[in-house]
Amino acid sequence: MTLARTRVRGGVGESAPRPDGVPKVRGEFPYASDLYLEGMLFGHTLRSPHPHALIRAVDVTAAREISGVRVILTERDLPTRERFGLMKRDQPVLAEGRVRYAGEAIAIIAADEADQARAAAKAIVVEYEILPPMSDPIAALGPDAPALHEGGNVIDDVLVVHGDPDAQAEVVVQGEYEVAMQDQAALGPEAGLAIPTADGGVTLHIATQWLHEDLGQIAPALGLPNEQVRLVLAGVGGAFGAREDVTLQIHACLLALATKRPVRMSYGREESFYGHVHRHPARLFYEHGARRDGTLVYVRATIVLDGGAYASSTSAVVANAGCFAAGPYRVPNARVRSVGAYTTNPPAGAMRGFGAVQACFAYEAQMDKLAAALDMDPVVLRARNAVEDGDRIITSQPVEGSEPVANLLRRCAALPMPADEVAHPLRAGRPSRDPLLLPGGAGNLTHGEGIRRGTGFAAGFKNVCYSHGFDDVSHARVRLERTDSGIRARVHTAAAEVGQGIVTVCQQIVRTALEVEEVIVETPDTTIGSAGSSSASRQTWMTGGAVLAACREVRAALEERALARGRAMDELAALLDEPIERSVAWRHRPTEKRDGHTQNHGHVAFLFAAHRATVDVDLGTGLVKVVQVATSQDVGKAINPQAVVGQLEGGIAQGLGLAVMEEVLLRDGQVRNASFTDYLLPTILDMPPVVCDLVEHPHPDAPYGAKGVGEPPTISSTPAIVAAIRAATGRELNRVPVRPDDIVFGTVARSGWRIVPGSDPAMAARA
Amino acid sequence: MAVHVARDVDDATRAVAVDERAELIAGGTDLMVEINFGRRRPGALVAIDRVQELRGISRSGRVRVGAGVTYTQLLADDAGSAALREASRSVGSPQIRNAGTIGGNIATSSPAGDALPVLAALEATIVVRSVRGERRVPFAEWMTGPKRNGRARDEIIVAAEWESAGPKQTFMKVGTRNAMVIAVASLALVVDASRRRVGVALGSCGPTILRADRAQSFAAGVLDELGWERQAAPTETACAEFGALVASAARPIDDVRGTAAYRSHVLSVMAARALARVAVLG
Amino acid sequence: MNDVRLRVNGVARQTAVPDHESLLTTLRERLGLPGSKNACEQGECGSCSVLMDSELVCSCLVLTAGADGRAIETVESLGADGVLHPVQQAFVDAGAVQCGFCTPGLIVAAYALLRENPEPSDLEVREALSGNLCRCTGYGTILAAVQRASRAMYRR
Repeated sequence: MTLARTRVRGGVGESAPRPDGVPKVRGEFPYASDLYLEGMLFGHTLRSPHPHALIRAVDVTAAREISGVRVILTERDLPTRERFGLMKRDQPVLAEGRVRYAGEAIAIIAADEADQARAAAKAIVVEYEILPPMSDPIAALGPDAPALHEGGNVIDDVLVVHGDPDAQAEVVVQGEYEVAMQDQAALGPEAGLAIPTADGGVTLHIATQWLHEDLGQIAPALGLPNEQVRLVLAGVGGAFGAREDVTLQIHACLLALATKRPVRMSYGREESFYGHVHRHPARLFYEHGARRDGTLVYVRATIVLDGGAYASSTSAVVANAGCFAAGPYRVPNARVRSVGAYTTNPPAGAMRGFGAVQACFAYEAQMDKLAAALDMDPVVLRARNAVEDGDRIITSQPVEGSEPVANLLRRCAALPMPADEVAHPLRAGRPSRDPLLLPGGAGNLTHGEGIRRGTGFAAGFKNVCYSHGFDDVSHARVRLERTDSGIRARVHTAAAEVGQGIVTVCQQIVRTALEVEEVIVETPDTTIGSAGSSSASRQTWMTGGAVLAACREVRAALEERALARGRAMDELAALLDEPIERSVAWRHRPTEKRDGHTQNHGHVAFLFAAHRATVDVDLGTGLVKVVQVATSQDVGKAINPQAVVGQLEGGIAQGLGLAVMEEVLLRDGQVRNASFTDYLLPTILDMPPVVCDLVEHPHPDAPYGAKGVGEPPTISSTPAIVAAIRAATGRELNRVPVRPDDIVFGTVARSGWRIVPGSDPAMAARA
Repeated sequence: MAVHVARDVDDATRAVAVDERAELIAGGTDLMVEINFGRRRPGALVAIDRVQELRGISRSGRVRVGAGVTYTQLLADDAGSAALREASRSVGSPQIRNAGTIGGNIATSSPAGDALPVLAALEATIVVRSVRGERRVPFAEWMTGPKRNGRARDEIIVAAEWESAGPKQTFMKVGTRNAMVIAVASLALVVDASRRRVGVALGSCGPTILRADRAQSFAAGVLDELGWERQAAPTETACAEFGALVASAARPIDDVRGTAAYRSHVLSVMAARALARVAVLG
Repeated sequence: MNDVRLRVNGVARQTAVPDHESLLTTLRERLGLPGSKNACEQGECGSCSVLMDSELVCSCLVLTAGADGRAIETVESLGADGVLHPVQQAFVDAGAVQCGFCTPGLIVAAYALLRENPEPSDLEVREALSGNLCRCTGYGTILAAVQRASRAMYRR
């Protein structure tokens, strides 16, 4: 039964344009850092220069004298002792007598001008008693390590025991791996505008991934009931996990409440590096056992994740790394120990791929090592062991509703290779190709000298949506109404548009479900129920699902009305004399809580992808140019193919960054490169053409079968690129990012600890 | 006067002479970063980015490049140095090349300044002027340490000059990204066939731009045998030996951008390639 | 404070600015033009790209007081009421916009490129845009957008 007389454009499956595209290209889209109110104050944060210290005294006397300064708050001025944190409330709003990382907030200032607030921060005198940093997470887990928090340094400890954990095999390969700290580096630094309200509360316009989670941490810290704190989503300049945690939210509200004036806080790039959590650095110790025919027998692994000074989402990252530690393969026997440790390094938390990235780098290196030991083709070895519907991962949960991973691997391997453009050595002294296309690029290092090409493969997977019994819910309200110009729908959710395109997905679903072309997406805020976070590749599944469910209710109500009035369904103008509005709370089917051996159905569904990378390596300089990345990804259903390709290419760019250039460099807890001068993001000259193969194998529980696509591109692209570099160089390359030293000298990363894969890292011995 | 926009060089030299707090700003690509991050707050600024006198390139025998010449200009208008063109192309991004000037590189005197190894290898002369008069400083005497040089506070760099050295020259720079990187190590090689002179200079491998004297002599010997004017490749052994001599001239350190060991290694690779590359140019 | 006169998007503007203020801050905080974005403050990301006397520069590295008398064009000058500039339209059509924070700077840089070089090769586009970081797209759609704009503007 149809509502519209003509086919509705921009529905599910079309590359509909984004509703925010036009304001964004005009420079008119209001990002959080663009917000401006007449009379607003500028907020600023004083941060600790030391990773670990006791605070003996804080003297703000001189700072208060600076002209334009309206208020300075330290922990003594806080209205409550409430702590904040994404999964564990362990972080003080302002340091209480002790700092645990370089960059921890100590005082906040509001002033008439941003410069005055900065000057005041410099004028605050803090007396520190410096303590030794605890920068090695494995040392922090040891029995003699001083506790950084009450209850010790273990944030979470996950054991996965599957089949016979002590199984033996004919062919065994081992390895130690390292993943360095990656920064999400969203282009828009953290920003928000807090406005005090007449009822003594506050309204916060904020760039975030999850309005309601922020609310749940802000209101208690302010000592206000939730009803007096309202959050409105401001324009978000990218997120990638960095906006899951509270950064300046509580600070801006405190300053607004203290001054009774609107306060804008806006981090610069350097402060952004200190202000938000990063991807967990990891040390991984692996052993794979297989039969001579290549059938996997067991995987044993110990994974240590550096959680930094505060827990953030470490417990879920630890669980993910453990659950996905064996990769998308049939592994009948496993013992995996995944542990997150407190250290005095910057806190680590969510970043695209969330625990699956670290594990995938290690298990895919292991698969290549195994292929070499067996003298097998790496794709054949992977395909032989790859999971398909009905196969169980090492948590005993079966895969369902997915394209067989072997098909993804074979399809990916069959995608067109780059045109053969391997550089040729000097021709009459002139570059045969522009050096920009070669390793070293504008540095003019090679005109073909030293170049070796390599190709590598990897497959990876992770969960979609929240896991392990979390009550994962998204709310949507859909209203169908008549206007002077026709029929339109309005959709309201709290889902954060962070660039991924959930606003377009909501429009497309409403168009298809209600056959109405004009769909207005309202600004997300906390007047409606939570949509959960724009993370875990979940918004299309969850908020898309909620919107679809709401549309179905609207449609049913319309049918009822038509029936009652004896009218046809397409007589919308007459039927909609009163608008129809329905709200729903939508949940995916429940998942099981984690048990002692992590043998349960802890996840809703899995996302799979395969990547093939081709690289040119300059063996002389150790520099790499990625020439092409090809990918086959099971997307379920491409609600918007253009946007899906955008997610795949963008995710691969972040995977490339981790493979060859991106690292937050730490020394004794200090960040050494908190700027875009030395934290290098791939430029358009570094990113190669990407060949995308969208495989549409619908999942029965997802709206239109669409699975969520954001994370798999970052998971297996990194190991594919590193495999390609190994193929070109023959080097071991057991850590990312790969450094030029690793290629030219064959440097191998060592933690300095001896750990039997699968054992408790607290028992580690010095190597 | 807090910010003064200079009309010409005389105006600028007077402005810096009368106000002791005054600092010069041209393209702003170095100084504005310091200002934005609150690391420097000059008491007064003299903007010299629109001084036309500083923006000329002349090639009558001797090459003279005005201090205000941008990298974009160096890419568009040939200053007669292939190495300088290559260095210019490696500077930052189009935005930075449009604003950044060769004079700014000379003034900042970072060991990582991309144009500096080229000026060193060309044995350029830096021309500075103040109300007290004009002074010419050989590049070899210009830099006194990292971001330190012999410019007096009231002096303005007006130009760099050098004898045209012919086509046998190149510049190379290592960075772990294909564009927009600060040099981990860089090298300029100039073979001036008509003067029978080899110039090798290294960037980001010591506190100043370093010269590799023994390597220069060695290469001169190789070219004596091969013939300076010919387009003939030296043997691989000769190139490797040259590379080793260049590397031995470096005084590299470990820092956030690279290790000392890598810098030494990559210098030898760059140098060997550079010699092979320039020898066949003509 | 310095009294500065600028021609911004074709309109004469006069404003008083502190000695050390960057053009980016002036545009965003004093002249009501927040289209140019602040993402690094050190010329490493291109989000603040504007044209100054027709040359592409990072406005965060321009000293406003030193730019007295200059003509500035920002992203807000492109297109007209209700009509996008072909570069803007191409970014929308090619799906080159995700979070959009880098978009204004990229559009100004692409506009500057196509004015100089109407039919650039892919490599020329890459070199011209190498100073504009994008964290969302992986650049494929941006490259496609610039070529689409080139076709729309010059190869009808």
